[in-house]
Amino acid sequence: MTGLLDRLTRPLVAENPVTLQILGICSALAVTTTLATAFTMAAAMTAVLCLSGVIISTIRNHIPHAVRLIVQITIVASLVILIDGLLRAYAFEMSKRLSVFVGLIVTNCVVLGRAEAFAMKHPPLPTLFDALGNGLGYSMILIIVGTLRELLGAGTLLGRPILLTVAEGGWFEPLALMQRAPAAFFILGLLIWAIRTLRADQAETPEFRVAAEEER
Amino acid sequence: MSDRPGPWRRFLALSNDDPRKAIGVTLLVALASALVVSSASVLLKPLQQAHVERDRQARLDAMLDALPAMRELMIEAGIDSLETRIVDLASGRFDTTIDAASFDPAAAAADPATSIALSSEADVASLKRIATHAPVYLLERDGDLHLIVLPVSALGYQSLIRGSLALEPDLTTVAALTITEQGETPGLGARIEEPAWQALWAGKKIADADGRILIRVAQGPAEGPYEVDGISGATRTGNGVTNMLTFWLGPEGFGPFLDRLKREGI
Repeated sequence: MTGLLDRLTRPLVAENPVTLQILGICSALAVTTTLATAFTMAAAMTAVLCLSGVIISTIRNHIPHAVRLIVQITIVASLVILIDGLLRAYAFEMSKRLSVFVGLIVTNCVVLGRAEAFAMKHPPLPTLFDALGNGLGYSMILIIVGTLRELLGAGTLLGRPILLTVAEGGWFEPLALMQRAPAAFFILGLLIWAIRTLRADQAETPEFRVAAEEER
Repeated sequence: MSDRPGPWRRFLALSNDDPRKAIGVTLLVALASALVVSSASVLLKPLQQAHVERDRQARLDAMLDALPAMRELMIEAGIDSLETRIVDLASGRFDTTIDAASFDPAAAAADPATSIALSSEADVASLKRIATHAPVYLLERDGDLHLIVLPVSALGYQSLIRGSLALEPDLTTVAALTITEQGETPGLGARIEEPAWQALWAGKKIADADGRILIRVAQGPAEGPYEVDGISGATRTGNGVTNMLTFWLGPEGFGPFLDRLKREGI
């Protein structure tokens, strides 16, 4: 049981797919301008991760090595189409705001990464916990970035005004930069910096060192 | 003889290196996935369609709101939406035998009895089949036409583009063009949905004095009264919009209807 719990909690900070493995950055930039889109994307991503993980892990012993990527992609793509269809049927406005990014979960490295690295080698139950953990780790980052970007970029959270903007007679001047893609890079960078300062073991060893000035 | 395994067991027992297994597993996964995807698409279609329809109505309303003086005119006339009439495209006359409220253009276009196949040279908009009848939305007061809205559609770069073209009473000036449905490349072709681009259409002329349809999306900046700025990186989407207007204003589309309106009035 502790093993399973460990599977669930380790991807949250210690092995977070976004901040440690730097995967899934594309969607983390694109859908985090507001908290609501970040939530929806996080939920869709977690659902796809869990379902694809369990399905692939169930049939893992019968997937021939030569065609494993095709099989994995087919399963992931079908699940993504299913989730995208459900969103368009039950949350139309939200699916319009997310535009292609739910569909792009197919190419999200976190999904295929977990399928290759974990689901292919472990039974369904640990895979479910691993997928859920990774989904939550991804969700956590999206929600942190989404919260900061919406709060600082528009002064609202989930559409509700929190900081009264100047336009509405308050004091808060929205930072337009926060609504643009670079802001997500900045926040992600600061997050990674903070995590790696607290957990020095996550810092990568530099590939190159600047040579000391030995000539003089 | 009872311990002889069935074909399914024998298949599962095959080595993963066996090509039969590779092909078999791929086929089975593909079949299962196809089943999931197609049943989801069939089951969810009505719900999605209802949203798309509501969205289309909202855009039509938004277009009316954007047109100067249209809302006031409607409030003055005591109506809250445009009147829908069904046009027989070939003769250009209103067909009162079809109930406008229950007319479904998509179903009509799919049914061989109420649609015609287009020859490849006539099919500018790449639609293959169109219904013989189409709805038009108009605002009329005391016999004077104030606005007419025509539904238009065409194949763009990668999706079917649908829109509403609103014409001024002179039937040659565009009052507004709204794109109601499209699935073009986000950030490029999909920018035809942006209000700023759609606002470029107001006041453009659809045809010259001889009745030739000249309105088009330019490759780059627009020149003259018949052109609208192209979107860079979206040439084929722009061509799709051009084809859409050329086709629906032409002889296979609303051409005969507009000619008749000009001759005889409403």
